[in-house]
Amino acid sequence: MNRETTVNLLLALLLLGAPILAANLGEPFYVTLATRVVVLALAAVGLNLALGLGGLLSFGHAAFFGLGGYVAGILATHAFNGEPLFADIPATTSMPLIWVTAVVVAGLVALPIGAISLRTSGVYFIMITLAFAQLIYYFAISWPAYGGEDGLSMSMRNAFPGVNTAKPLPYFLICYAALMVTLLLFRIVEGSRFGSALQAARQNGTRLAAVGIAPFSIRLVAFAVSAMITGFAGALYADLNRFVGPSMLSWHMSGELIVLIILGGKGRLFGPVAGAMIFVFFEYVLGGITERWQFFLGLILLGIVLFARGGLLGLLSGKPRHV
Amino acid sequence: MFTALLIEQLLNGLQLGVMLFLMAAGLTLIFGVMGLINLAHGSLYMIGAFACATVAAATGSFWIGLIASLAAAAGVGAIIEVAVIRRLYDRDHLDQVLATFALILILSEGARWLFGSFPLYLDIPPLLQGAVPLPGGGQYQLYRLAIIGVGIAVAVGLYLLIARTRLGMRIRAGESDREMIGALGVDIGTLYTVVFALGAALAGLAGALVGALQSVQVGMGEPVLILAFVVIVIGGIGSIKGALVGAVIVGVVDTMGRFLLPSLLALTMPASQATTIGAALASMLIYVVMALILAFRPSGLFAAQS
Repeated sequence: MNRETTVNLLLALLLLGAPILAANLGEPFYVTLATRVVVLALAAVGLNLALGLGGLLSFGHAAFFGLGGYVAGILATHAFNGEPLFADIPATTSMPLIWVTAVVVAGLVALPIGAISLRTSGVYFIMITLAFAQLIYYFAISWPAYGGEDGLSMSMRNAFPGVNTAKPLPYFLICYAALMVTLLLFRIVEGSRFGSALQAARQNGTRLAAVGIAPFSIRLVAFAVSAMITGFAGALYADLNRFVGPSMLSWHMSGELIVLIILGGKGRLFGPVAGAMIFVFFEYVLGGITERWQFFLGLILLGIVLFARGGLLGLLSGKPRHV
Repeated sequence: MFTALLIEQLLNGLQLGVMLFLMAAGLTLIFGVMGLINLAHGSLYMIGAFACATVAAATGSFWIGLIASLAAAAGVGAIIEVAVIRRLYDRDHLDQVLATFALILILSEGARWLFGSFPLYLDIPPLLQGAVPLPGGGQYQLYRLAIIGVGIAVAVGLYLLIARTRLGMRIRAGESDREMIGALGVDIGTLYTVVFALGAALAGLAGALVGALQSVQVGMGEPVLILAFVVIVIGGIGSIKGALVGAVIVGVVDTMGRFLLPSLLALTMPASQATTIGAALASMLIYVVMALILAFRPSGLFAAQS
């Protein structure tokens, strides 16, 4: 077991143990805080697939995060009001069904966005993904049916068979399990032929094409899968807050997802998890000390970008396995 | 009456376009010369607006405020360049995005610290108050016409600066081969600071001019920043001509979309529905236009030679 695996295991145990302890001490607030960490980490794991492995700097992943959230919110609202979704398709409050819908919707939206955006590269790619996310953001704001600028409140959390999701700890455990399963998938993808091709596309697309694999389709699949994971996280986030609003779609959200990855360590399995832990910790601790916590977050972030490349996992576990 | 309205909306679109040009010219210049993507450009716009509003309130003169906005934005720009941006030129885009995102957090929160959360107001200077008659009836705000004039003047000025002066020659040389002009004895560090401060001053000017039309508040730069990105992506990153064309396209398409789409849709559906759907579609229109342009010209209309 190398040092990074040890650090990863410790992080996973810490993230599981702390909320269980907090729940037993009667501190549900900290359980919710840990759930926030887990869901943000999951969203960033999705982006990490595109950004870390594929080198695709998407500045528009909030679009997929928000779409997942709106899927959860819209289905729940329809089900609550007893209205069918379309003609005779009934809405649902079942989490597994909502997750599948969120993942499919995110994937379907990501395909055309990816197909156009991936024709470009570099700064163009950053800006065009940002612009597509803004397109969806403005649509959500100006479409009054689902709350428009005010967003959509859900009267209760959606249901998971056999679990009381209204309690913080069971909901945390659902999200934690989702994160762990996704991390396992990430590891499998990373080691697969597809993962090798994706990383080769990042390192040298021309050479990849020369050995007979088209970088475009590899990148497109990676972009879509990445969006699907982030969409899944969005559905969980909406249920966590029992609210979904345009802020989930805003470009600040896209920026934060990138920040999570960089805080933790780009392209590393547990980078997003470590990053989400630090981010929520800062948000909570700095936010408790001063209203101006974003000012200090900015300073810390600037310091990390300028002087501590490699993030927290870079500090804890030395050089990455892939360079 | 419809013609007058149409002309008015066209002028509004042109005014928005000109304002976007002031933003986009700086962004594209900074990218073209230094290869840097600067998300904090919207914060410089905000700084210009705040400087103008504060100084105009203190001195009672919009014009002193305008000069202050140029000085403040250029000054903050130069400080940022020396302290932070300079370290980012040889980093990848990811580091540039993150560091300038961090700068947004710092500058926005800093502005809120200094000026509070309440918006400031800036009056249109007495000289430019009032309206001019339009052909076909109707009136148009003189101040907005003045903004269009300023934008055209800046475009001409930038063209002359870049095509005719020694500084412009160095900027063009920096775009094509930065090692070489360093080797030829041009102080590249100073050149970069000057270019960054110039871009910042243009953003500050845009902020001050728009400050008199809207309220001056924290976060005002962000929507404009994203529109300016759309502009330079459409125009071709690094090209000032592209920024001008892109800015006018975005300004006019956005304004005309908001004006025409609801009435066009009203021909086929009930009015209330048409207003809602039209507004939703109009707010997405420029992004659709951008996607279409990029689908055919992936590096923009006037791509700078790579």
